[in-house]
Amino acid sequence: MESELDRILSKYPFPESVKEEIKSELEKLNLPENKLKKVIDACFRAYLNNLIEPGEPSGIVAAQSIGEPGTQMTMRTFHYAGVAEINVTLGLPRLIEILDVRKNPSTPMMKIRLLPEYANDREKARDIANKIEATYLKDIADIEADIRNMRIIIRPDEEAMKRKGLDHESIKKKIEKQAKTEILEEGGNIIVQISEPSYKLLMSTFEKLKDTVVMGIKEIKRVIIRKEGEEYVLYTEGSSLKKVMKVPGVDFTRTLTNDIYEIYEVLGIEAARNAIIEEALNTLEEQGLEVDPRHIMLVADVMTADGELRSIGRHGVAGEKQSVLARAAFEMTVNNLLDAAVRGEMDYLRGITENIIVGQPIKLGTGDIELVLKMGGRR
Amino acid sequence: MIPKRLAAIKFEVLSPQEIRRMSVAKIVTPETYDDDGFPIEGGLMDTRLGVIDPGLKCKTCGGKAGECPGHFGHIELAAPVIHVGYAKLIARLLNGTCRECGRILMKDERRDKFVEEIRKRIAMNQNYDDIIKEVFRLTKAAKKCPHCGAEQVEIKFDKPTFYYEGEHRLTPKDVRERLEKIPNEDLPAFGIDPKIARPEWFVLTVLPVPPVTVRPSIILETGQRSEDDLTHKLVDIIRINQRFLENREAGAPPQILEDLWELLQYHITTYLDNEVSGIPPARHRSGRPLKTLAQRLKGKEGRFRKSLSGKRVNFSARTVISPDPAISISEVGVPKEIAEELTVPIFVTPRNIEIAREFILRSEHPKANYIVRPDGKRIRVIESNKEELAEKLEPGWIVERQLMDGDIVLFNRQPSLHRMSIMAHYVRVLPYKTFRLNPAVCPPYNADFDGDEMNLHVPQTLEAQAEAKILMAVQEHILSPRFGGPIIGGIHDHISGLYLLTRGNKKFSREETIQLLRALDVSEVPVKDEYTGKEIFSYILPKITLEFKAEVCQGCEFCKGENCEYDAYVVIRNGQLLKGTIDEKAVGAFKGVIIDEIIRKYGKEEAKKFIDRMTQLAIRVITSVGFTIGIDDIEIPKEAEEQIEEVIRNAEKKVDELIKAYKEGNLEPMPGRSLEETLEMNIMRELGKARDQAGKIAGRFLGDENPAVIMAVSGARGSMLNLTQMAACIGQQSVRGERIVRGYTYSNRTLPHFKPGDLGSKARGFVRSSYKKGLSPIEFFFHAAGGREGLVDTAVRTSQSGYLQRRMINALQDLKVEYDGTVREQTSGVLVQYRFGEDGVDPAKSYRGKAVDVKRILKEIIEEVKQYGE
Repeated sequence: MESELDRILSKYPFPESVKEEIKSELEKLNLPENKLKKVIDACFRAYLNNLIEPGEPSGIVAAQSIGEPGTQMTMRTFHYAGVAEINVTLGLPRLIEILDVRKNPSTPMMKIRLLPEYANDREKARDIANKIEATYLKDIADIEADIRNMRIIIRPDEEAMKRKGLDHESIKKKIEKQAKTEILEEGGNIIVQISEPSYKLLMSTFEKLKDTVVMGIKEIKRVIIRKEGEEYVLYTEGSSLKKVMKVPGVDFTRTLTNDIYEIYEVLGIEAARNAIIEEALNTLEEQGLEVDPRHIMLVADVMTADGELRSIGRHGVAGEKQSVLARAAFEMTVNNLLDAAVRGEMDYLRGITENIIVGQPIKLGTGDIELVLKMGGRR
Repeated sequence: MIPKRLAAIKFEVLSPQEIRRMSVAKIVTPETYDDDGFPIEGGLMDTRLGVIDPGLKCKTCGGKAGECPGHFGHIELAAPVIHVGYAKLIARLLNGTCRECGRILMKDERRDKFVEEIRKRIAMNQNYDDIIKEVFRLTKAAKKCPHCGAEQVEIKFDKPTFYYEGEHRLTPKDVRERLEKIPNEDLPAFGIDPKIARPEWFVLTVLPVPPVTVRPSIILETGQRSEDDLTHKLVDIIRINQRFLENREAGAPPQILEDLWELLQYHITTYLDNEVSGIPPARHRSGRPLKTLAQRLKGKEGRFRKSLSGKRVNFSARTVISPDPAISISEVGVPKEIAEELTVPIFVTPRNIEIAREFILRSEHPKANYIVRPDGKRIRVIESNKEELAEKLEPGWIVERQLMDGDIVLFNRQPSLHRMSIMAHYVRVLPYKTFRLNPAVCPPYNADFDGDEMNLHVPQTLEAQAEAKILMAVQEHILSPRFGGPIIGGIHDHISGLYLLTRGNKKFSREETIQLLRALDVSEVPVKDEYTGKEIFSYILPKITLEFKAEVCQGCEFCKGENCEYDAYVVIRNGQLLKGTIDEKAVGAFKGVIIDEIIRKYGKEEAKKFIDRMTQLAIRVITSVGFTIGIDDIEIPKEAEEQIEEVIRNAEKKVDELIKAYKEGNLEPMPGRSLEETLEMNIMRELGKARDQAGKIAGRFLGDENPAVIMAVSGARGSMLNLTQMAACIGQQSVRGERIVRGYTYSNRTLPHFKPGDLGSKARGFVRSSYKKGLSPIEFFFHAAGGREGLVDTAVRTSQSGYLQRRMINALQDLKVEYDGTVREQTSGVLVQYRFGEDGVDPAKSYRGKAVDVKRILKEIIEEVKQYGE
C-alpha cells in the first residue's frame, strides 16, 4: 500500500513538504488506487494553481510583509525569552540588528547541547559549563595591591577554586602570562612583583589581573544549565561559537548562537542564511506576528546571494546596486553621482527607481509584458 | 504603438571644452537686471540662457517662457579652483602619482595586473571599490618613483580644499599642473576612465552657469524681485572673479591676490555644496543658509526623492473618511462635489459617439466637463457651447465626463505600508462631503474614523482601468500575501452583532427575522413562527462544512467538541450553523476562518458577497437587539470590591514580607541573578498575580451578559485586561520593564511622600485603584510616568520601522519572478532563488503558508463521493 502511494506520488513534482502531508493524510484512509490518484490529482491541480505568477514583484511583497508589521512591534529591548535568567533583545531592535548584520549584537547568546554521554548527567554538564564560563581571577581570589612593596598579593579562595576545579599551577601560569613579570608563591598566596617601582604600572597591572580570565572562554560571561526533556542544555550569555565548538563534550552539531556574523565566519554562508531565517522568524513569531517564511527566505537569500553576508541598507544590498540612479535615490546622493561620473558608469535603466525617475513604465508585473495587439488587421 | 524606451544613461565629467561648447553665453557681470527691469546682456539673467518672464523671448531658441527649456552659459574663472566633490580623490591622486613625472607610483606590470582585475570585475558586474582602495594604499606608501626615481613627499589634505606638501601650500594651479601630467594609461588603475574624465578637470577653470529656468526668480507681493539661492551664489562668484581679474591686471600684491583666490574657492565650494564640513555655510541676508546645488539633490526633500522618485498627479481627491455599512466593501462613497470635479475620459469612437454626445448635452451631474481635441486642445464644456461641441464631436476626440456610479477608482490611505493600502473600489456618488467606506475594509488600510483622510485617484486609460479592476479590486486582496489568511473581515460591531445573534439558542420571531434579513439578498426563508439566531446566520452562509474552536473557547483541558458547554465549538455543515458562536475567530479580520473557507471553495466574489451580507446582518442585529456600554457597566458590587481589596492587601503583605526577608538577608537569590533582581522579580510577580486575581473576581461579578465582557470575549474590542483595569485594579506601572525607581536619586525615593529607600509597592508605582474609582495623586503621577514611556515608544518605533521598510524596499525592489520560476535581480541579473520560496508557491494563494491544503481537498472529495457515489 505504502509503496504504491510512493510510486504514484513520485510521478508528481510536488515539493517535499506537500508530498509528506499527502502521504500522512492518505495513509490513514487506506484508499484504492483510482481514488488515491483522484485525490493526488486534485492536490496537484491545487498546487499548480497556487504557484506564484511570473512577473510578480516578489521582493517588494516580501519587504512589505516584513516591514508592515514592524509598526506593531514593541521597542522593549529586554525581555525574558525561554530562560528567565538571560536577557535577549527582541522586537523591532532585534529585527533591525538581524537585517543590519551587526558584527557585535547587543545581546549575544548561545544554546549549547551536549554529547549523549554528558547530556544526561548533571555533574558532567556542570563540568563543561565551568570550562565554558569565563572565570575571572577576582572570582576565585582576593587581590590586593601592596603599595609599600610595589607588589600585588593574590589570595586564592580554596573553596571557590575547588568548585571550579582549578589548581594553583594553572592559575600561576595564567597570571604569569598576563603580568609578564616573575611571580612568587608565598604560603599559598601568589605574589606579583612589579618590575619597576611605578604607581601607575602597579595599578594598571592590578586592574588587568582582576579581569584576567583564568578559566573558560572570555566572551562567555555566564552559563546557565537547564534541563530540557531528558537532557541538560547550557544557555550562555555572550557567544563564541568557534571556541565553544572545541570544548570536548559539546555536541557542536546541535549548538546554536544568535550571532549571525559569527555563524557566517565559522560555518559559512549557507549556515548564515539559515540563521537569518531562523532568527527573523523567531523574532516575528515572539511578537505574535504572522509572516510567511517565504518572505524571510527571500530577504535572507538576497543578503547571501553572492557568497558574502551583505546587510540591507547603504553599506550592503542597497548600496551595491548596479544602477547609479537607484543608489542616488536611496542615500548619499551626491557622492554616488560624483563617483559614477569619474568611472563613466552606465545606467541601463533596468530597475524600478531608474525607470520611475526617467518616467517610463517599470519592468515588473503588467509593465513587463511586451505583447502588442495590432488592431484592425483582420475583420 | 510601442512606446520608445530610453536605453541607458551614461555619467561623465564635464571637460572645460565641453562646458564652453554647450555654453550659449559667457557671463561677465554680476548685475542681473537694468533699471527698467530688463535682463542685462552678459549678466546672470541673460535672455540667451532662457526666459522666465512672460512676454520675453529666448534669444537662443526663440521660445517663450514655458516653451524654452533654458540653455547653459559659462563663467571663465580667473584662476583654477578645486571642485569640492573631487577634493578627496585629488588628494589620493596626488599621493598616488609621482610629483616629478606624474606616473603612477607602481611598476607597470603591477599596474596592469590591477587594471586587468578591475576590467574583469566590471565585466562581471561586480564591485571593485576594494581594488581601487588597495591601489591608493600601495601608491601612497611608495617612497620613490619606480619610473623616474624621484623622491616622493607626502601631500597632506586639509579639508575641504587645501593641499600641503610639507609646509608648502599647493595652489589649485599647482595641483592642476600635476594632475595634467598623469598619463592616460595610468588612470584605469585608479578607477578613472580616461575617455570620460581627465583628472585635471577636477580642478575647475570654467564654471557652467545653469539656465535661468533652473533658478527662476520670484516676484514678491511688494513687486520686488527675489532671486534664487543659486543666482545669489553665482553673483558672488562673478563678483570675486571680476575683482580678481582687475586686481591682477592692476598688478596687486600677491597677498591680496591669494586672499581673493581663496575667497573665489570658498564661493565655488559653497555653490557646489553648502554643507561642507570645515567651512561656514554661505548665508542669505536673513541668516538662513543657502540651498545650493548639493542641497537641491540631497535627502528626502531633494530632487531625487521628492521630484524624481515621487511624482504629483492630477485626477485625485482627498477628504475625511466616514463609515457606511450599507455599501459594499468594493465600493467607495464619493461626495457629489468631488464627483463633479473628477473626470473619466471617453475615447470617442463611432460606437460610443452618441453616448459621448449625450454627456456633453447634459446640464446636470453625470455630464462632460471637458473635451480634448486630437490636437491636444482642451475645451471646457459650458452651457453656452455644449450644443456646438456636441455637433462638432468626432471619433478620435476625448470627452472627459464626470465621475459616476460604477466607475473604478483607486483608494489609498497613508502610510502605504503594504499593497493593500491602495485598492480599487467602485464609485457610489453620495451626498455630503466625506468619502464613505464599509468598515470591514478598515483593517487593510488601518483606517479609523477619528478624522482620518484618504486619497482617491481616477485611472485615465483603459489599460489602467482594466488593471485596477482585475488586480487591485478589494476582493482580490481579501487574502493577505503576508500570511495567506484573510485581512478583510468583520470588526467591532460586526463581531458583537453576530455574537449576540448566534450565542446560545436565541429565538427571533418571524417579524424580527424578516426585519433582519430584508436588506439582504436572501430569497428563501421557510415559514415558521420562530427562528434561532443560528438559523438566521445560516441563511447568509454559502454551502460550506467547517468545524473549529471559536474565540470564546476557554481552552479546556479536554475539549468536548460539539458538546461544548460554552457553545464555543462551531460546527457548520452544508451551510448550516449547527453549533457554536460566531465571533472574531469566525468572521474577524486577520482570523476569519469562515471567510477563508468561502474564498477557497467559492472564490473571491462569493467571499466579498459574504462579507457584505455578514456585515449588514450584524449591523441590523446589533441595532435591533440594542448594544450600549456605559460607566455603570463596569460597576462591581460592594462584595466584589471587598474581595479585590482583600487580594491586594494580601499581595501587599507578601511584598512587605519579601522586602523584610531581603533586608534581613534571608532572601535566596535565583540562579544567575543578584539579590536585588530576585526581589524585584518576586515583587513584580506577586503584584501581577494580585491584579490578575482582582480581574478574575471583577469578571465573575460582571457576568457574561455585560456588554463590556461580551466585547472582550468575542474579540470585538478590548480585552479582559482593559476591563480589569477599569473595574478592579490598574496594577503595576513600569518604566523600562522595571518598577518605577527614578525620582529623588540622592535620597533613593520616587517622591517626597515616601521614606528614603522605601521598596514597598506604593512607593514604586503600584496603582491599586481602578480607572472607575479614580487614581490618587501619587498613583496618577506614576501612571503618567508609565504612560509617557508608551508615547515615546510609539514615536521612536514609527520612525525606526519606517526607515527599516524603506531600506528593505530599496534592497528588494528589483526582484522579479521570471517565467522559469527563478527569482532574479533585474539590474544585475543575479539569481537569488532557483524557485521562489523553495516551492514556488505564492504566499497569498497558500493556505496560511501551506502550499496545498490537503485536508480540505480530501474533505471535499469525500463529500463528493458521499453525495454522488463513485
